[in-house]
Formats: sequence, C-alpha cells, structure tokens
Amino acid sequence: MKRQDMKRQDMKRQDMKQDLTLQVNGIGYDISVEPRKTLADALRDECGLTGTHLGCEHGVCGACTILADGAPIRACLMFAVQAEDMALRTVEGLAQGGQWSPLQKAFVEHHGLQCGYCTPGFLMLATGALEDNPDISDADLRDVLSSNLCRCTGYENIVKAVRAAAADMGASS
Amino acid sequence: MTKDAIGQSLTRLEDPPLVTGRGRFIADVSFPHQLHMRVVRSSNAHARLLSINTDAARALRGVHAVWTAHDIPEIGPIDFREGKIEKLEPYRQPVLARDMLRYVGEPAAVVFASDAYIAEDAADLVEIDVEPLPAIVDADAQPGIFAPGLSTEAAIVNQGFGDIEAAFAQAHAIVEIDVKVGRHSGVPLETRGAIGRYDAARDMLELHGAAKVPHKNRESLARLFGRGTTGLHLIEYHVGGGFGIRGEIYPEDILVLAAALRFVRPVKWIEDRREHLIAANQSREQRHKIRAAVDKDGVLLGIDNEFWHDQGAYPRTHAMRVAETTCGILPGPYKLAAYRALGHYALTNKTPAATYRAPGRYETNFVRERLLDAIAARLDMSRVELRKRNLIRKDEMPYARPLCVLEDDVSYDSGDYAGLLDKSLDRIGWDALQDSLKARRARGELVGAGLALFVEKSGLGPTDGAHVRVDTKGAVEVITGGASVGQGFETVMAQVCAETLGTPYRTIRVIHGRTDRIDFGIGAHASRATVMTANAVRAAALNVRAKALAVAAELMQCEPDALDIADGQIMRRDAPGGASISLGQIAGHLRPASPTRRGRDPGLACDGWFDSDHQTYPYGNQIAVVAIDRETGAVKIERYVIAYDIGRAINPMLVRGQILGGFVQGLGGALYEEFTYSAEGEPLAVTFADYLMPTLSETPDVEVILAEDAPSTRNPLGIKGAGESGIAAVGAAIASALDDALGVSGAIRQLPVTPQRLKRILDELRK
Repeated sequence: MKRQDMKRQDMKRQDMKQDLTLQVNGIGYDISVEPRKTLADALRDECGLTGTHLGCEHGVCGACTILADGAPIRACLMFAVQAEDMALRTVEGLAQGGQWSPLQKAFVEHHGLQCGYCTPGFLMLATGALEDNPDISDADLRDVLSSNLCRCTGYENIVKAVRAAAADMGASS
Repeated sequence: MTKDAIGQSLTRLEDPPLVTGRGRFIADVSFPHQLHMRVVRSSNAHARLLSINTDAARALRGVHAVWTAHDIPEIGPIDFREGKIEKLEPYRQPVLARDMLRYVGEPAAVVFASDAYIAEDAADLVEIDVEPLPAIVDADAQPGIFAPGLSTEAAIVNQGFGDIEAAFAQAHAIVEIDVKVGRHSGVPLETRGAIGRYDAARDMLELHGAAKVPHKNRESLARLFGRGTTGLHLIEYHVGGGFGIRGEIYPEDILVLAAALRFVRPVKWIEDRREHLIAANQSREQRHKIRAAVDKDGVLLGIDNEFWHDQGAYPRTHAMRVAETTCGILPGPYKLAAYRALGHYALTNKTPAATYRAPGRYETNFVRERLLDAIAARLDMSRVELRKRNLIRKDEMPYARPLCVLEDDVSYDSGDYAGLLDKSLDRIGWDALQDSLKARRARGELVGAGLALFVEKSGLGPTDGAHVRVDTKGAVEVITGGASVGQGFETVMAQVCAETLGTPYRTIRVIHGRTDRIDFGIGAHASRATVMTANAVRAAALNVRAKALAVAAELMQCEPDALDIADGQIMRRDAPGGASISLGQIAGHLRPASPTRRGRDPGLACDGWFDSDHQTYPYGNQIAVVAIDRETGAVKIERYVIAYDIGRAINPMLVRGQILGGFVQGLGGALYEEFTYSAEGEPLAVTFADYLMPTLSETPDVEVILAEDAPSTRNPLGIKGAGESGIAAVGAAIASALDDALGVSGAIRQLPVTPQRLKRILDELRK
C-alpha cells in the first residue's frame, strides 16, 4: 500500500469519535472526541475552558499544567479519553464563591505575572505543590517551580507570590 | 488613590482576568463556520521548487482548499513597515514560495480545513518536489546568488564621523578583537496566531490577533489588499509576550486575510511551537571585527567596526533596522573622536531575522565592552578606571553625535554615567570583592567579576495621540493607539490619567490595539509606549480637566483656578470638604441637549497629542559575579547587580518587573539559547528540548538599583523607557566576569557561552 493510502486509512480510524464525561472543577462535561484528541484541546475546545494554555505541546513549558486527582500534570501529554475517571481541576476552578485563592491574590499583589500566558500553569503547579506539602522548603519549592517556563517575569516575583500564599494559607488553617 | 498615582507601585488593572482563566488570547477566540489553516513549510534550506502535488490533501474529507503561490497571484511580497526601500525590493519574501525555497520553514503551500487536526493531516499529504541547492549558512562566507543579478550581500550599511585614519595613525596602541553573538530570539510563551474575517454585509475585513503595531500594519495591509484603511480593522486580544518579534506582518497574517476574502468565512491559524522556532523572526547573529585606537592613558581616539549581520533568507518588515542601529548605537556611553562602522547585510539560508528586545544593543554592548576589556588588559589598567576615563560626563549633556538610530539623530538627553557606576560599585563592594575573588582563585576556584555599561534608547516619536472621555456615571475611558504585550500598559496609562484628571485609577478603562476606536497609533515597540503614549494621555486628560473645570466654575460660580478634582469630585481648593460636583454630573451637563452646555462641543471628552523631536536615552550598568564548574563548564551566577536610570518611574514595581524579566532573557542569550543550524542549513533547535530557555533553576537573585537622577528633558513627565534595560548588557557583563574567572582577558569571544563552549575553552587553556 502507498504511504498516502496508509495514512488515509489511519486517519479514518482516528476519526471515530468516543463519548465520555470529563469531571472538571466538580462539573461533568459530556463530550464526544476522537481518541487522538489531547486533554488540553478537549478542555479548551469541548469544555470551553480556555484558561488552560498551550505553549509547546510537548510537555516542556508547563503552560497547560492542571491537576488530575490532585497531582499536577501536563494536559498536552495526555489524551482526553485517558482522563475519563479523573477529578480534574483547572485555573477556572481556583476561585471559590467569587473569592480568589491565596495564590491568585498573591500573584496579583507581588506582580507575579506580566503577559499572563504561563500564569494558569504556574497557579495550578503551585496549588498542587502547596496542597501536597504546605510546609514545602525553599529549595523544594524552587525545584518544583523550575518545571514551568515563564518568559516575562524573571521568576523572582512568582517565587515571592507562592511563598506569600503559603504563609497566608498556613496562617488561615 | 487619585493625586499621587504616578510613582506608586500599584497592582495591575490587567491581572484579574489573567489569574482566573478568563483572559482571551487569540487561540481562545473562535467564530462560527471558521476554517482552520495549516502551513506546509519547506524542509529544504535552499532548493529550486519544481512542483507541489496537493491532490491527496484536497481529497481528504474536511479539507476545503489547498493553495500554492499559483492560487494567489494577486498577492505581492511583504512590504517594509517604514516605506519603500528601493535596493531591498527584489529581496522581499513572497507570501508563498514561488520558484525557490530559501530556508527550512518557508511557507510553500497552505491547507484550509474544517478542523485543526484535519488541516494538519492534510498538510502531511502535500508533496513538494525540489532540486536541492547548496546552502549558505554563514554571513561572513563568500556571498552567493539570491536570484539572477542579485548578490546575497543585499546591502552595506555604514555610518561614522571624524578622521578615522588619523586616529589610528597617532595611536599609542591599537587593540583588535573578533567576536560573535549567537542567533537567538524572543520566543514568547504564546505562539503566534491570527484570524481573518470578512464581514460581507458591511464590506469590512478584520484581522484578529494583532499585536505591537496594529495601526502601521493596517496601512501596510490596506495597501497590499487595495482597500481603504476604513475598510480594514486590526483587533488585539491578550498577547502572550511580544519582545519585538510578535506583531510584525508575517506571511500567515496575509494568508488568513486573503482566504477570509476568498471564502467569505473566518479563517483561523494558530502556530505550533516547532513552527514558531523555524518561522518567527530570529535575531542577534552578528560577527564583529572591531579595533580601537587609544592613547597611552587609555583615552579612546577611534573605533573601526566592521560587522557581518546574518539576516537569514529574506529581509523582513524592519528591513535593515538592526544593522543600522548597530552602527549608530555602538559607541554607547563613551566619548570618541573618530568612528567608522561598516556592516555587511548578508542573506543566508536560515530563518529570517529582525528585532528582538534591545535590538542592536545586546549585540553592541557585548562587542564594545569586550573591546574595552581588551584595551584595559593591553594597557594593564583596571577595567573600571579605563571606562571612567572615557565616559561622557554629566556636564556634557545633552550630548549629540553625528550618528543615527531609527532615523533619529543621536542626542543623549541627560545622564550621570559615572555617578550611577559608583552606586553599583558601592553596592557590590567592588574593591573588597576583587580581593576575595583573588583569594578564592588562589585556592583553585574559577570565580570572577565583570561589568558592562550601556546607554539605552527609548520613546521613539514623532507623535502620539490619545482620547479621554468621561461618561455620565463618571467612568473614564482612555483610548490609545498603543498596544499591550503584557508589560502593564493599561495600568501605566491609567495611573497617568488618574493623577492628571483626579480620578481613581481602578475605574479607568484603557483601550489599546484597536484600529476601530482611534485613527492613529504607533503601538508598542522601541520602549516607546510609556514615553509617547503616556504623555499623550496626560495631554488629553489635561484638556478634559480644563473642560470639566470650566463647566464646574460656571455652576459653582467661581474661577476654574479655584477648583480642584479629587476622587472624581470637583470642589473648591479652599473648601475641600464643602460642596462638590462629580465628573459624571459634569458629563451630564455636557450632553447634546443640555442647556448648561452653553455652546461647548458635547461630551466630557478631549483628544491630546504629544510630539517629540528626539528619543530619550536611559542608561545603566550591570555587574556579574560568576563561578565556573571546571568539570562541566556550567556557569553559576553568584551575584548580579543592575543599575538603571529611568528618569522617572510611573510604577516602580512594573519597572522592576521589566528589568528582571529582561535580565533572564539576556541570561538565556548569554549562556543557553541558540538557534543552531547544520552545515546544510537544517535547523537543529526546533523544540524546547533543544532551544534552552532559563528556568527558575538557572535564575539568580538580581539586585536592582532603580535611579531617577536624570529625568528626561524631552517630555513633561521626565520619563524614559523601561522595557529593554534588563536585557541590554547581560551578555557583556557575563563575558567580562567569565574572562576574569578564567584569568584570561579575551577568552570569551562568542555568545552564548554554553557549557560545551566553555569546556572547550577550559581544555585549550589547560594545554
């Protein structure tokens, strides 16, 4: 078979859409997607949750970081069909009852964002890290935050914001 | 918060949607019935294009159309932003390649489909038949043939002054170096994107996803499509970083518009990261052979600067700006009797190049400061002392030079270069530092310190305007022709308006990046927004203020001078707690049918304009302390000081943010980031696993000294630009520090100093 014909057959198989329900921020989204659709694309295109951004689509930059069952993951490196039974959380779910989370507040107060493109990824990464370990050490925090890229802020204010939020969360708990 | 809004580190108006996932970047925008576009790109660095077979792609279900150059004969090549340049005309890039492919990534065909995944599938089915040709990958190689009768050395740029021959004839010493800056670029975290939309009902063509220079681009695009500017609008959304490279007109912007017109359907294109790394403007790659003539005291007599500027395959919208800026800005903060710059503007078979944050300065600061270090070594003088002897003095300001940058004659407006250098030397404890580094080196550590001085340029004119209006509820809208690339534009404009008009900054709505709201604008480039647009906002706000006070004075039966505005309330200066009238109420009195309008133009709204003859020149210095890992060639930044005089900071927190962010980009260009190519012109850095941008792990703490010692004399607010200060001298300062650590002046001749390169230098020194 010619390469092009093989490719076409391949595409036909991919074309078969599957029904599934994604649980995002406590809400069930009934969607129908091709198996090859990434979780990030499904969140954006099918659920309308465009706060999850795509920066590289190969798992390096971390702009698409969300929480899956409490752990930070790259939504570009997973297919939507793999996420069916997971509790997903995105930046749209951080504020509760109109109240920003301590991290959201701290990012604004400490100028932890400029263009804001990487911000949802950093917010979710830091939310996961602080929920996992509210007393995270400076060294461990720097290590965690080094997994995402920011091209505007020079990182310093992101670190300050996360530190301030950690203190805030510690004080209120 | 009204009166003292300027100078306060206020939190940003921009932030609430961005921290809650409600921002709207171009990929987040969609229109009903839109098509998705995918570009088929050349995989050859240089080849004759024989044929393109699109049959299989067209046959795929969901594909609407596939275009090659033959399908858009009416679309000409991409114009230069600032007008016609005769000698470069034949080198301009076609929107789709016609008969030649000149870089890997060049658009050759384009697919339109109902879904982005299908468009990508179809693009894979397009087959391009070529006859490969040898590639030119070095700007300093023997020039080749671009097209019959056209050399790849497309132009020579030169500037200079004084008697250069005489300077070298009388020199006590002549010091020559040969240094290179690597190819890197802005690489914003949001890739490019565009949506073309044609509203046939209103005969209106729209480009969504504009950035940087929407009004200028409207003019260029209107010319290209043969439309009046009133029938074409550009609309900006949130922009995920610009850094100079986003917002210029690229082939894809033209393609979505052409397709929207042809298909009468919205056409959406979102770039992927691999595309971005081979298709968006790259920058910086220059080799300089530069020599200085000095007298026995180290006083500079002349500099002779020959360089090769690697432009990549085509000139882009900026034409020769980077090469010309390189000529005009190289002397920096030093006096100089004679100067000659000669640049080879060379085309190669690589991705085209253009401006990236601090274009021509990142490069020349590195080159010039390398040269100064070499002179100090030759004359056995301290690097600090040599610089101090040559600095332009405070009492010599304003200081004009017969050079040109961005068509503007160079004239530094104000500055105390030596004073600011002393502040940094004090901060880092330079003399004590030398002793401690010496002691550590004696113990076998590879540690050193280096410094670099720089003069920035900002506030490119000549004119900018703004419109300020107040509605009957008292809400203020500031309409500008500026652009926001994430730098905090809205907040800064609101602060200036708040202070001038006397209203709370939080309630001010700032409009930018919309050609349908204001006729003119020069956008966000060349660190101009705060200088030009903020001064225009101030002028407009002053006019609104005067109009409001005139109406209020009639109503309150007093002189306008007796009144003041605070928190949007007008009251008597001598009775601040007494009767007051709000700006909203004044707007009510100015409604068209209001009897109290008394013949004035309706509405509490005014334009304001600001004109500028010259750019302003902020300045600074950077000091680095580094340690080298002997085994791996890795560099650790132990301390870093950036001193910068901004004239007057509107929002110090945002200025600091600009400096820190710029620094980290500069660090990338100094140590990690490089667009490498094989000898055949194959790009080797096409993912974030190859193109290495600094993460937090690589980022040191930076000490910022933000000075306001030398306000600009060229605008009423005294401000100078902030955007390009942090990045400007990072390569220069780190190179100087690495030399010091290695104990060999001139060891660092090329950026970025990757661990591999540094290891090689260490190995050579060991021999």
